[in-house]
Amino acid sequence: MSSLLASARQSVLARHLTAGLVAAVVGILVLSLVSEFRATQLAAMAYLGIAAAGLTLLTGLNGQLSLGHGAFMAIGAYTAALCLQDAEPLAPLPVILLAATAVAVLVGLVVGIAAARLHGPYLAGATLALAVAVPGLAIFWDGTLGGEQGLTVRVPDVPAWFADAVFFLTATDPTRGRYTAYVAWLVLVAVFVLLANLSRSRVGRTWRAVRDDEVAAELAGINLARSRVLAFVVSAACAGLAGALMALVVRIAAPSGFTLTLSLTLVAAIVLGGLGSLVGALAGAALLTFLPQLVTQFGGDLGLDDVRSAELAPLVYGVVMVLVILLAPTGLVGSLRTWRHRRAARSAQPPDPERTSTTHHNTTERARA
Amino acid sequence: MQQLLTTTLSGITLGFVYAAFALALVMIWRSTRIVNFAQAPMAMLTTYVALTVIDAGYSYWIGFAAALVAGFVLGAAVEWLVVRRVDSTVEINPVILTLGLFIVFHSVAALVFGSQFRSFPAPFGVRGFEVGDTTIALTGFGVFTILAVLAVLGLLLLLFRFTDVGLRMRASAFNAEVSRLLGVRVGRMLSLGWALAALVGSLSGLLIAGGGLVHPSYMDPVVVYGFVAAVLGGLDSPMGAVAGGLLLGLCLSFVSGYLGSELVAMAALLVLVAVLLVRPGGLFASTVQRRV
Amino acid sequence: MKRSSTSRGGWKPAATVVTVLAVSAAISACGAGADRDDSSESTGSTVGITDDSIKIGGHFPLTGVAAPGYSEIPSGHQAYYDFVNANGGVNGRQIEFEVKDDAYDPTKTSSVTNEMVLQDEVFGIVGGLGTPTHGAVVDFLNDEEVPDLFVSSGSRQWGETPEEYPYTFGWQPDYVIEGKVIGQYIADNLPDAKVGLFLQGDDLGEDGEAGIRTYADKQIVETVSYTPGNTDIAPQIAKLQAAGVDLVVGFNVPSYTALSQLVSLKLGFAPQWIYSNIGSDPDLVGSLLADFSEGAVEDGAALLSGVITTEYMPGIGDDDDPWMQLWEKVWDEQGGKGELTNYKIYGMAEAYTFVQALQAAGEDVSREGIVSAIEQAGGSFEGPGFGPFRYSEESHLGLSGIQVVEIEGSGASKALTPVLVTDLGDAPIEEDDSAAGDAPPESGIPEVEPVG
Repeated sequence: MSSLLASARQSVLARHLTAGLVAAVVGILVLSLVSEFRATQLAAMAYLGIAAAGLTLLTGLNGQLSLGHGAFMAIGAYTAALCLQDAEPLAPLPVILLAATAVAVLVGLVVGIAAARLHGPYLAGATLALAVAVPGLAIFWDGTLGGEQGLTVRVPDVPAWFADAVFFLTATDPTRGRYTAYVAWLVLVAVFVLLANLSRSRVGRTWRAVRDDEVAAELAGINLARSRVLAFVVSAACAGLAGALMALVVRIAAPSGFTLTLSLTLVAAIVLGGLGSLVGALAGAALLTFLPQLVTQFGGDLGLDDVRSAELAPLVYGVVMVLVILLAPTGLVGSLRTWRHRRAARSAQPPDPERTSTTHHNTTERARA
Repeated sequence: MQQLLTTTLSGITLGFVYAAFALALVMIWRSTRIVNFAQAPMAMLTTYVALTVIDAGYSYWIGFAAALVAGFVLGAAVEWLVVRRVDSTVEINPVILTLGLFIVFHSVAALVFGSQFRSFPAPFGVRGFEVGDTTIALTGFGVFTILAVLAVLGLLLLLFRFTDVGLRMRASAFNAEVSRLLGVRVGRMLSLGWALAALVGSLSGLLIAGGGLVHPSYMDPVVVYGFVAAVLGGLDSPMGAVAGGLLLGLCLSFVSGYLGSELVAMAALLVLVAVLLVRPGGLFASTVQRRV
Repeated sequence: MKRSSTSRGGWKPAATVVTVLAVSAAISACGAGADRDDSSESTGSTVGITDDSIKIGGHFPLTGVAAPGYSEIPSGHQAYYDFVNANGGVNGRQIEFEVKDDAYDPTKTSSVTNEMVLQDEVFGIVGGLGTPTHGAVVDFLNDEEVPDLFVSSGSRQWGETPEEYPYTFGWQPDYVIEGKVIGQYIADNLPDAKVGLFLQGDDLGEDGEAGIRTYADKQIVETVSYTPGNTDIAPQIAKLQAAGVDLVVGFNVPSYTALSQLVSLKLGFAPQWIYSNIGSDPDLVGSLLADFSEGAVEDGAALLSGVITTEYMPGIGDDDDPWMQLWEKVWDEQGGKGELTNYKIYGMAEAYTFVQALQAAGEDVSREGIVSAIEQAGGSFEGPGFGPFRYSEESHLGLSGIQVVEIEGSGASKALTPVLVTDLGDAPIEEDDSAAGDAPPESGIPEVEPVG
């Protein structure tokens, strides 16, 4: 029995790894084929996706709502920016990314321990305050952190082996902008493989149990606080890593980049995609990256002036957010899944009413997770 | 010495403004168990209503009344059109809904009223009172702010403690099913709760705007600090909201004056976390909260 | 059972992907023989230019907290380009101006600038607004060799180091030289004043403070700063009051001028005020304060009466100035929507300089060409500025001339000093009104000879 389980788990891992590898190669290919501008947009989508993935596990799987993950992105971004001040970076890029993650983990641990005691609106309030408090520190310590102007980031040179590898695959030399996009997507793939495994693992099941019923989970021997703190730390780590990539892509870490809007954007991304779903987080990130440009252009086509068409993008966001939560609270991915199951159930012969209805129920429940 | 006095007085005035906003949040929390993140932009919209009325040549008080009425209507409309239709068995849904409304109201205001700074009049003096030959940092409008908030607090306490409607509102929020069985028209009570809360919210918008500048984002800092004040007080208690607002206003004023204004947000966070770690349900939580 | 079926389903697309990969790898291998050397383009990139058009772009906060005021600057640009286009454009080319919203968020600045440069292929960026926002793209623009002209910010970094940023040019007088001029005025004319500084907590405050301290360091008894967005500034003003300050120098934006005046009324604090140019805008601040007339502020403009500030070009209130007459004419003919404001004038004046640069670069304008044209001819561009531009191969900094003025009751101003011209660092402050007498040509369109 146990060996069967082990092999099943191994196969899950193997499947995730293979899918990851394929995704990485496809990602590099796509990035090399699209225009430079699309590549930077995709890079932005990648870092938003990483942060959203961490947040969707925290909120969807573990049931803690954080309105302050922009703060962890700021921490990651500033850590990376501090390492990338001079022409010669302090360390190789992967080390810098890990360092940014590590700092976010430390802060996430402290915040997570405090947050584990809080529920619902109290947690939302505390994380909201965190989101506005952290950028202020960058202004307070303006000597090291550059104050309001922020820290400019020097993107390190493209390593020769990396350029060679990309050249071998795509026959083009990566520019710095494209290089950061490649890095962002490779990290995205790695993070998604790790998170997918985590959510399928024992840890992920514990998180769901805590979310669904605290008392039952505690009776089953789960340490509530530890589970909560762990979920918080994992999501903070993702946000920190995303922040470091953001610093690389945007080439600056400045307080005005980490306003409350960023934190709310992340929440919007996971809701639009579907809470608890990694694919949903990525879909949400894609929407948030590409939608504003489209909507603004549409406004221009309608003959609105620049200021008004610029206001149109947030308006559409807001309306979409409200509509999704009213009409399809399971988000894009959840609704698709329900629709697919409903269709499958309809075509199944003969239909077993009781069973299909329970499947429905389960899928919606899971999707909402 | 005078700096100490000034910082204290401006902290108190600021605290009462946060308190007004926190009261609105507490109202909605008590009536529907929802934290309304769209409260600030709703108040911003109604302040623009007042400004439009005043700019059309009517007196301040007509604009004031128009804003309160607009707030009442807007609150009821939002509850009836949107909030009622959300599946609130999942705790996060209403939060996200009101965040979405937050964004919508913001853009609507910028589209309709434009995003310039506009000044908003105050009905009373904006010069400090003079005692002997020193001026103390308390203006006629500041006194009005304090009195208005205290009056609202009193009315709310009366409403919830001593009136039939208040009792029904509390019952609907506490247990909708049982209340319905007992003949309370729960839906109407929920709308009324939102309407009253939005009215109080509009008042806070007017108090913040008075003798200051208005633009579509002018309420944004209050989103955070007003919410922190409400959470400090325990979300359930009007008294707590006022106490939380005062505590926060004083803290922030002192931090801003003696340490640096960039640390204000951090101070709010630390005060909040310190209080919540000792009392996870806020200062005035009547019972120890336990979710089962 | 269910699991195996899903996993099989999962493999099928994977197999497809692998096939696609193999094919594309084969295709790309064909291309791999290509020359790996950077095929560096021949001199003179003409991206964004056709025979009858030139496309430029700019990033501005059109939404969010920084939008009030600043969102009007691009409409000034647009009005002036429309005016030039209606008169035949520059060298037969119509100027297309693309405006992108960055909400004053560097992340968005980066994204919209990428869009303009890489996707829409603009010739250059003109008037990009804000220090942190523009800071996010200045490296990118210079890496890509895109002209980055006339940044709408007074930070010294736009032009102090042309060797580092050869494509970037500042436009307005930087905050350091403004601070120097104010500092010298204080030291010469108000030597007994106890000076307090009221600073915005960013480059505006920092650079201004550095400038003032060059001359009036000994007189400064207290310094406070505020964070933009935090509107409760009573604690800061109270601190100045407690320190016995009788002269406050504010390096702040207009809304905080209004707020600081209101808070001072509240505290009974009545020092002499000096506001930097960016914060004074008597037109805007006066109208903001006038609206409190139902309260105790009887007359907004009167409240600002006696306040000292600086000017570097004519603005609302200088109705007789020929430049103002030009701006009003342009605005009436082309923009028309809404009142003319100093923000719109700022945009039109920047646009005027850009048209001059374009003329100087000649018929065969290129990205490199316009940069060297500004370096060679920019120092002698005639414009609304009281002082000349400092453009040369050594400096890409903008206007150099500033005048200290006192605001009088109706929003008009009285000159307290002649036009003073200076530069960063130890550069002396000198009187020079050579540029102040410039008037626009009859047509309203500059007539700059092509260089070389």
